[in-house]
Amino acid sequence: MRFGRIAWQGAIHEVTPGADGRVRLADGREIAEGRFTWLPPVEVGTVFALGLNYADHARELAFKAPETPLVFLKGANAITGHKAFSRRPADATYMHYECELAVVIGKTGYRIAKEDAMEHVAGYSVANDYAIRDYLENYYRPNLRVKNRDACTPLGPWLVTRDEIADPMKLALTTRVNGKTTQQGTTADMIFDIPTLIAYLSSFMTLNPGDVILTGTPEGLADVKAGDVVETEIEGVGCLINTIVDDQTWFANA
Amino acid sequence: MEAHEPAISGAVYGVILNDRDSLERMGAALADAPYKGAPKAPVLYIKPAGTLVGRGTVVRLPAGESAVEVGATVGIVFGQGAARLAPEAVPAAIAGYVVVADLSLPHASYYRPAIREKCFDGACPVGSRVVPAAEVGDLAAVSLRTYVDGSLVQTRSLADLLRDVPTLVADVSEFMTLRRGDTLLVGVIWQAAQARAGSRVRVEADRVGSVEFEIAAGEGAA
Repeated sequence: MRFGRIAWQGAIHEVTPGADGRVRLADGREIAEGRFTWLPPVEVGTVFALGLNYADHARELAFKAPETPLVFLKGANAITGHKAFSRRPADATYMHYECELAVVIGKTGYRIAKEDAMEHVAGYSVANDYAIRDYLENYYRPNLRVKNRDACTPLGPWLVTRDEIADPMKLALTTRVNGKTTQQGTTADMIFDIPTLIAYLSSFMTLNPGDVILTGTPEGLADVKAGDVVETEIEGVGCLINTIVDDQTWFANA
Repeated sequence: MEAHEPAISGAVYGVILNDRDSLERMGAALADAPYKGAPKAPVLYIKPAGTLVGRGTVVRLPAGESAVEVGATVGIVFGQGAARLAPEAVPAAIAGYVVVADLSLPHASYYRPAIREKCFDGACPVGSRVVPAAEVGDLAAVSLRTYVDGSLVQTRSLADLLRDVPTLVADVSEFMTLRRGDTLLVGVIWQAAQARAGSRVRVEADRVGSVEFEIAAGEGAA
């Protein structure tokens, strides 16, 4: 199954895919794209993100691969839905996307063994973990000013249940900017795989339904400018679309 | 001890190196690798939902750990959303203050995010009451005291904050929205006093309140 969340006619609805790109409400009505607002497919709890979790990307950034997972957290302010805008500040010189497999936790657990870890996964989604490298500093790096900016982590469009994905460690990741492919990789190249990440995080904190792990990105970063349409796609999970806007557009009254 | 509910339930953000004393004590290390310079923006971290506990809680450390730094601090609790605030607009956004013991496993390096060190379950004991800002008055006049098993082990004053409350909130809200009910801690000191497993800890802040809890050793292998 795949589930989305939308805002439509004054209420939040959980939806499933309908015909011809429409979404289907629980009562069977189907709504056309463009007539509703996509929300992140889960109301997120704690959001974890991984740095340098693909060997090629670590090389690209001139780091050696980490020996324990390099984890940072995001607040709910950072998360936005499918087809939303993300802001590139006027003073930024390098803002890049990161296509990432998002793992959504479905069952509470503490000190989860690796071999039991997948039972705690509700499903998967696609995340785009934008970074603005101008603001990088060497304290708790990557720092929140780079990674926890309002609406700079699109998530969606769907939560795809675990049973639909036979092997989450063998999915193609692709990013296109204005239709041109700029990033290609496979989840097979993750340094710390999903069970390892769940076991590691739950070794010191309880994981709960709605917690999300963004599992890192492969190489292929590129600067994105206002007006760019960025598609991050993961095989079998979905294609998440986001548009970069400038300060003037972002801060304008509507 | 009976465990109580924490006074806050929103997102909690913390900050390190927001006092002159800590920066002075770190001294030349700030200029060297890996930091290569003193921080420019506030150095923030997140205390996720599972860290929040109230007074009377027994905080169990992660496996293999037997001591914890007790970062006595005060949280700014927001009464309305704070985004892109100028310093002079900050007071109107503040509902009040709450006393917090921001716990960290000791870590020598601030280079990478300290998730295991700061985000383990129970790592943020919080007082039972948000005290209205008017009752607290000038935060610079507030002193904090940390007691371990009844002995005073550390005092600090909020008079030497590098960024005072209006400046800190302005700098943070420049890029991220603090929502109504969220909390921003004003900072913990570098290498705060430690408490060992088995001890009872109390943090108190003038006019803001106190929070008391116990530390228990992590069970099992690391």
